[in-house]
Amino acid sequence: MSLRKFITNKTTAALAVLITVFANTSVFAQDAAAGAAAAPKVDMGEVYKSVIFYILVFLAVCLFIAIIGKAIRVYELSREAQGKSVGINWNRVHASLFALFLVIGLYGVYWEYTVHGAMLLPDAASEHGKKIDEMFNLTLIITTIVFVVTHILLFGFSYIYKYSAKRKAYYYPHNNTIEKIWTIVPALVLTVLVLMGFLTWRSIFFKVEDPNNKPLQIEVTSEQFKWSIRYPGADGIVGNKNYKLTTATNTLGIDFKDINSRDDEMADEMVLPVGKPVKLILTSKDVIHSFYMPHFRVQLNTVPGMRTIFEFTPTKTTAEMQQETNDPNFKYLFLCAKICGSGHYNMQKVVRVVSEAEYKTWIAEQKTYLNDDLRKQFNLPVAPAPVKSVADSAATDSTAAKTNQMALNK
Amino acid sequence: MSTIALHDEHNHDHADHGHHKETLISKYIFSMDHKMIAKQFLITGIIMAVIAMGLSILFRIQLAWPDQNFPFLETFLGKWAEGGRIKPDFYLALVTIHGTIMVFFVLTAGLSGTFSNLLIPLQLGARDMASPFLNMLSYWFFFTACVVMMSSFFIQTGPASGGWTVYPPLSVVAKAMPGSGMGMTLWLISMVLFVASSLMGGINYVSTILNMRTKGMDLWKMPLTIWAFFLTAILGILSFPVLVAGVVLMVFDRSFGTSFYLSDIVMGTDILPNEGGSPILWQHLFWFLGHPEVYIVIMPALGISSEVISVNSRKPIFGYHAMVYSLIGITVLSFIVWGHHMFVTGMNPLLGGVFMITTLIIAVPSAVKTFNYLATLWRGNIRFTPAMLFAIGLVSFFISGGLTGIFLGNASLDINLHDTYFVVAHFHLVMGSAAIFGMLAGVYHWFPKMFGRMMNAKLGYLHFWLTFIAAYLVFFPLHFLGLDGVPRRYYAFTEFEFMKKWLTVNVFVTWAAIMAALAQVAFLFNFFYSIFKGKVSPQNPWESNTLEWTAPVEHLHGNWPGEIPTVYRWPYDYSKPGHHEDFIPQTVPFSQTMSSNLPHDFEGNAEAEKIQQDWELANPVAENKS
Repeated sequence: MSLRKFITNKTTAALAVLITVFANTSVFAQDAAAGAAAAPKVDMGEVYKSVIFYILVFLAVCLFIAIIGKAIRVYELSREAQGKSVGINWNRVHASLFALFLVIGLYGVYWEYTVHGAMLLPDAASEHGKKIDEMFNLTLIITTIVFVVTHILLFGFSYIYKYSAKRKAYYYPHNNTIEKIWTIVPALVLTVLVLMGFLTWRSIFFKVEDPNNKPLQIEVTSEQFKWSIRYPGADGIVGNKNYKLTTATNTLGIDFKDINSRDDEMADEMVLPVGKPVKLILTSKDVIHSFYMPHFRVQLNTVPGMRTIFEFTPTKTTAEMQQETNDPNFKYLFLCAKICGSGHYNMQKVVRVVSEAEYKTWIAEQKTYLNDDLRKQFNLPVAPAPVKSVADSAATDSTAAKTNQMALNK
Repeated sequence: MSTIALHDEHNHDHADHGHHKETLISKYIFSMDHKMIAKQFLITGIIMAVIAMGLSILFRIQLAWPDQNFPFLETFLGKWAEGGRIKPDFYLALVTIHGTIMVFFVLTAGLSGTFSNLLIPLQLGARDMASPFLNMLSYWFFFTACVVMMSSFFIQTGPASGGWTVYPPLSVVAKAMPGSGMGMTLWLISMVLFVASSLMGGINYVSTILNMRTKGMDLWKMPLTIWAFFLTAILGILSFPVLVAGVVLMVFDRSFGTSFYLSDIVMGTDILPNEGGSPILWQHLFWFLGHPEVYIVIMPALGISSEVISVNSRKPIFGYHAMVYSLIGITVLSFIVWGHHMFVTGMNPLLGGVFMITTLIIAVPSAVKTFNYLATLWRGNIRFTPAMLFAIGLVSFFISGGLTGIFLGNASLDINLHDTYFVVAHFHLVMGSAAIFGMLAGVYHWFPKMFGRMMNAKLGYLHFWLTFIAAYLVFFPLHFLGLDGVPRRYYAFTEFEFMKKWLTVNVFVTWAAIMAALAQVAFLFNFFYSIFKGKVSPQNPWESNTLEWTAPVEHLHGNWPGEIPTVYRWPYDYSKPGHHEDFIPQTVPFSQTMSSNLPHDFEGNAEAEKIQQDWELANPVAENKS
């Protein structure tokens, strides 16, 4: 009897606490309402910014949880005292929660696929990109099926086979046939994916050059935190570079001794003719960056001391893409995807894919890297026509050697 | 077995040791008792996890509200968050240290260190580790590594900030970022200490498992936890030294002017003298450890969940041998897949193709493990203890994160996904959340063994559901950012038009992360409160078969008073038909369970089979078993 009394006391106490809490809240609400009426606009901005406010909110939540915990405890004790079975069958609660989680979770996944899935990159704007997209879709379908089925099984089993004192689990230590099946089936599916992935990968990186449609060479150099683009000029070849030649005027260290360098052009944006293969020569001055062009499914790191090469063919002009995405401001771009320092989050350049004719007019307007200052530095005649003589190259050699020496001294 | 003879000698030794007076220092600080060392690892791991989680909340705040000021940040961080806004350099430092702490200090040392130390002697029936002194050193090296790593927050230039993979030249050239100065030096020192700790631990685990099993405990009678710890330790022993080699070369490059990783570098117009090195070399060395490392992180978690799922489903783990072989398969394969981290780093594309094949093969043993977990749950009698909830959560994360690995392991898909948020989402599910859940399952399950008291189950339930839901809310949406081409480690999404649509998602993810962080308060309170005030644990709270539950609740040096128990059967005889209880501990001989023995149990021992047949003829009632 005394125990019972104690419990009743505790219940009353818990109830009292609950009532006080609710009463207080409503009183505060009334206060707030009254306050709002009296002084029309109270700026809560500062309050929301103060840490103490959030700590108080958190403590209130903790208190609330503690009260619920006590209430549950009281309920269980009272059941026990009345000689009834355990208060809450937690096994059933968790089994139901898992079932609920499965249903809500699957809906959540569906929601994500349709809502966030609709916010993704548009279809690939390059030839190989289409293959990558196909590969992606196939993988997505297979993995989604596996994901849904295994989760239905996982949470379904959790729901169905929850604990019951009346039942004994089924002693089933192994079954070699089943195990063989679920080793071989994933292996076969993965073999298909590996083969397709391998072929796609090979088609991207091992291209046979078509002599009638030679790719346009473009060199991209990364440094903290910007990109420099070098077009090859009339000869179609991007000339040599040597990092030891880098100066304030020759920031890329272009070696103008190399005749191929002399007509190389600089550009503020990357303009590409549609349908023509492009061979990107990627280099870096300082640290590793990553040249990433999401719309074209192109990414390759730029590594100091090493040239990396990616070849692709853009298939849609910027204008076409603007129509397709219904966004007149759409721009292709490339950006840095490898951590490279404080400015990593803002290393971008615009890419414009245009018709062949537009490209020709644009490229004609671009300036060469070689300017009068550099001509003097490399002992080249200030007149534009490149003249090659023995004395000339000897002189440049000595300049280069001097620069080398300086570099080594540093 | 010669090892058994050894044991008997140990018995007397340890009984004598028991009479020595223990001082505070020898018992709690420089303890050589594996159970105390396990607790030291666990508590240090938990503290590091809380720190790393705090760091993640800081950078999540920056990502969610990139253009707002939070004065409290300046209060805490001073000049790194002037005006209440985290600076880009410090943002990168937060990301870097968060990753380093989580991967190495929490999920490697905190997980392997805790449970290998606790369970290897207890589940195998040994008095202690093969070398208790080495074991103690292992903890103190780890502790020093933690202190050195944290000390980098108190230096002028801040902690290392080149990402947890510390790719050179960014991490080597001091001018590249402030974090590459003193902070990076401390990172390297800390890492060397950490690897030393990890090796001492690993050697100890392997030698204990191979030499100190009790009578009857042959390899195929070991619980899957021990198999997982064993293979993890081998993996660590073989791969961590490669990291040290890489780190030493990096120290040389940074401090002594060598050029292992550097060549052709110009900072602005300043031409560096280094020639002939290659930054790619570091990536090979790093990922030769780095990839096995993710299995070092996940395999103990898988071992723990195998045990927890079997115990709480009241069913033998399905396909015990397949589980072991798939762990072995994962161990072997994990050495030849490191290149999948480098598909787009400029490594020869031919290699990319090869690494893609090996990488996707590793999905097969992982799939087998998942299906075996599901088969274990099937027709079980599932008790949802907090440990079981976390183990089920682990399986869910392992599936979700594992499947996205099939995208990333495919070299051609990796081109567009590399270094995007898709990667972040992938590894946070499969090795972050899954491994943490494995660790938490282990803590809830073996807390009674560690502290002799029970944790509060209801707080455990609350902890599980909040964390499980919040983890999915945090990481599931991040996949879509990656698919839209948003790179990781971006300080703010404000500079790109196409990223702005994800700002609201970032706010949502940050709130979910804060919820997950606050849910851990339920765990921390429960953990520390229960150490002192929890209900006293019964001898075998989960009605489990393994050997550790036959040791007395009160800890004593040497684990068992008197003789070490002998093992007669495998650890998964749950709900065996014909037996009156739904579990038969490993120490129960077959002669006491005549009613439930199966022909398979005798492993072809003709004499035992004959005895069983005779018994069955004499007791025809027992024939009604299924």
